[in-house]
Amino acid sequence: MGSYPKAIDSGWYKHRLTGAMFCVIGTFLILIIRLFYLQIIEGEEYRRLSENQCIRLQAISAPRGVIYDRSGILLVDNRPSYDLNIVIKDASPLDDTIKKLSQYTNISEKEFKDTLKTSRRVADYKPLLLKKDIDRDMLAAIETHKFDLPGIVIDVKTKREYIYEKSAAHLIGYLGEISAAELKSDQYQGFQGGDYVGKFGVEKSAESMLRGKNGGRQVEVNAKGQVVRVFKTVEAVPGYNIYLTIEHDLQKKAESLLEDKVGGVVVMECDSGKILAMASSPSFDQNLFVRGMNYKQWNDLISNPDRPMENKVVNGEYPPASTYKVITAMAGLEEAVVDEKTSFYCPGYYHYGDRTFRCWKKSGHGRVAVKDALAVSCDVYFYQVGQRLGVDRIAKYAKMAGLGKPTGIQLGQEASGLIPTSAWKKKKKGIPWQKGETLSIAIGQGYNLATPLQMCVLFSAVANNGRLYQPLVIEKALDDQDNIVFQAEKKLVGTISVSQKTMDIVKAGLWEVVNGRRGTAKIIAAKEFDIYGKTGTAQVVSRPAGDDSPKKNIKNHLKPHAWFVGYGIKDGQKIAASVMIEHGEHGSSTAAPIVGELIKAYFQKKQVENDYLPITGL
Amino acid sequence: MFDRRLIQNFDKGLLFLTLILCCLGLITLRSALLAGGSLQKILYYKQMVWYGAGFFIMCICFIFDYKTIERWAYLIYGTSISLLVAVLIFGKIGGGSRRWLIFGPVSIQPSEIAKIAVIIVLARYYSKIVKQKGFTIKDLIYPFILTIIPFSLIVRQPDLGTGMVVFLIAATMTLFTKIEKKSLICLIIFCIVTGCSGWFFLLKDYQKQRVYTFLDPARDPLGAGYHIIQSKIAIGAGMGTGRGLFQGTQNTLAFLPEQHTDFIFSVLAEEWGFAGSFFIIMIYMVLIIWGLNIAYNCRNSFGTILSVGVTTMIFWQIFINLGMVMGLMPVVGVPLPLVSYGGSSLITIMICIGILMNVSMRRFATD
Repeated sequence: MGSYPKAIDSGWYKHRLTGAMFCVIGTFLILIIRLFYLQIIEGEEYRRLSENQCIRLQAISAPRGVIYDRSGILLVDNRPSYDLNIVIKDASPLDDTIKKLSQYTNISEKEFKDTLKTSRRVADYKPLLLKKDIDRDMLAAIETHKFDLPGIVIDVKTKREYIYEKSAAHLIGYLGEISAAELKSDQYQGFQGGDYVGKFGVEKSAESMLRGKNGGRQVEVNAKGQVVRVFKTVEAVPGYNIYLTIEHDLQKKAESLLEDKVGGVVVMECDSGKILAMASSPSFDQNLFVRGMNYKQWNDLISNPDRPMENKVVNGEYPPASTYKVITAMAGLEEAVVDEKTSFYCPGYYHYGDRTFRCWKKSGHGRVAVKDALAVSCDVYFYQVGQRLGVDRIAKYAKMAGLGKPTGIQLGQEASGLIPTSAWKKKKKGIPWQKGETLSIAIGQGYNLATPLQMCVLFSAVANNGRLYQPLVIEKALDDQDNIVFQAEKKLVGTISVSQKTMDIVKAGLWEVVNGRRGTAKIIAAKEFDIYGKTGTAQVVSRPAGDDSPKKNIKNHLKPHAWFVGYGIKDGQKIAASVMIEHGEHGSSTAAPIVGELIKAYFQKKQVENDYLPITGL
Repeated sequence: MFDRRLIQNFDKGLLFLTLILCCLGLITLRSALLAGGSLQKILYYKQMVWYGAGFFIMCICFIFDYKTIERWAYLIYGTSISLLVAVLIFGKIGGGSRRWLIFGPVSIQPSEIAKIAVIIVLARYYSKIVKQKGFTIKDLIYPFILTIIPFSLIVRQPDLGTGMVVFLIAATMTLFTKIEKKSLICLIIFCIVTGCSGWFFLLKDYQKQRVYTFLDPARDPLGAGYHIIQSKIAIGAGMGTGRGLFQGTQNTLAFLPEQHTDFIFSVLAEEWGFAGSFFIIMIYMVLIIWGLNIAYNCRNSFGTILSVGVTTMIFWQIFINLGMVMGLMPVVGVPLPLVSYGGSSLITIMICIGILMNVSMRRFATD
């Protein structure tokens, strides 16, 4: 910079500043001309517009998309709801209007006045809500006396209606008023307080598809508040209609099978990941959220120890129990610590270190190899496989099978379950892994946690020779012109990479569970199709050692959870199902029949559809 | 040390202009808030506190010699960039964008500080190098980088209005100090190209919508178009002499959205009519000319360019805001200097006035 003169000839800047001043005067001149145009030339017109009328905005809310099952059965609809509003400015004399309104509606004047007092002050020309969702009689009374009720406006809104209340409530979800936190987030830009948005389930996860786009009109109203002229209308764009992957009949069946039980069931098409049914029990009536509920109703919902608001299929985390033996078996075979023929003797217990690990069958299973061990669910066999593998090698296969992380189903918050490893324990608990703990892990107890959905995805992957598909709940979405705007596509999310031989041995074992002479789920064996599966009985709390009290004395909340996960195959069609009944005690007697019934119901319906015969016997 | 000439040269005229605008602002704010409830009335008192704080900061700004600012230019610039980065990370979200940093009871808008920082740093740069034929593209790379950093940080918030003001200030200052003809042509072409690509890749959808809405207000009668239409009705309804103080119907019926911030001029124009609006526009014009005159009389090139810079900033904010409420420009959130409600923007303008006073008081000094 040394080469530049240090100071500049000030005359040079002065020249430019003179120019700048002219530019400034020029631009201000433009502003003044504009002002002159608006106030002097067009002033009369604007004064008229502002004086004898007002320009008001009327919102046109977009109808929310409705929801069908996969075959087009309407599950969620919109119904009109009539809200009683008052425009204070137009309702003068106010007291008189309120008095008349009270006569026609049989609602006390006091109630209206209280509403007016407590409602947030808005501009007088804006409608103020007096009463929500009035019934048809009241509506008729008001409409017939409309001439007598200046400033009283009926606002027609659409309300959500869940046609089969409680059915698939956890999957479909419900709507609720937008929260302060949601209003602030980017996701809900353009929303206003009081708007209804999806709060749970598909209603929430598919909010952007269902929502549509609100419209509105700008109108000129006269002194009485009547619309004189519509300046401009922006039509609302309806939300997309959604078709779920579920089958309504199967869903109903699943729900009826869960009645009086606490737990979850999910049925999935193996080669696409589409969910055919998903039920969680106890359920709740979604319409309560739309109509509004009283304190007692709300309290019943949230304080019920059986947690009706929880979707136990995706959010319930349970020890997978013996259903997890599939993983241990695959890992053992693939890592070659056992082969198809390796057998162990089960006397009913297994000594390891200074502890004795029991088999569920006190008298023992005798000598069993892998297929039999799966069929009879021999704990001792899997203790030894687990001991040879070590916890980390088991975890490797469990993670490959999608356990320990969310499946990716589009239902918002999903539990991830837990697959423990030695590193996990060191980090979490600060103490090293005890080798004895591996034995519990090998039979799906201990720290292991999985959701019914994860187990369903895992078994459907076994049916698929290792291919894991993301579970899908939305089949397609159509806009109001019936154009398909969204179509579910199956998504491969992982592979259990084991040899075909390993897979075949495990499958044969799962077949034995249902069809074998000693199989733990032989009561659900069917002739017309093949069922493969695995029972499980998950200990809730370890009973004190030496507690040999008769089982009927065990308190209900100490009873183990009952699992059955499996799949059925018929004519190349494969569906997987997973059932978990809290405190259901035995996988074989409580859970397995549910899966059996569901698979049967599904294939029978398919058969009927294929044969073009009228539906009977479902 | 102390020079008596400082007091003799104190710029009473500039102070007078500022006081007039502040009073007009308070009166109009009172009127604009009439429609609201008690919560709104608090804003009136809050604004009084802001005016007080503004005057205090303005005084600080003219006490020390402005040449100190030149030495601190990069420190000020660096601080404001760090604040802009901080706002993107820790900033409070309001209306879908992240613009405020919270320090206890005070929330500040770093983009406002950035405007002044850019002015200072460019004034330092342009006063250091001088070319009779004007700057070449090569000379402009460095100031360009100095501008584009805060600009892109502000646009990220997103706050297109303030980003634009920063860009306009830098461009005006650069044009003022002269660009070589050949380079100027290249620059214009460059601006057109980046402008076009910015439209396609940089602007958010809602920002584009505003431009569309400006071109056709009826397109979005419920959103920005509504603001423009209502604002025009309010201004127009003022006619020649206005409806009188506190008598504006458009305003009191709460038709005017955000009437106390960006649309305060509409309230004023409705109540005071053409006579009053013309008067306030004239005051603004005198204020700008006054600023340029301070630059004219300054015998130090840093002082000259600095004065031009702060005057430019005030000028653009006036022009954009008035253009917006009169429907000459798309709706971008730029407040009207000294009149709109809001602390950050008021303090920024007061700092600018303080700087102008500072330069004006020391007009006898040379380098």
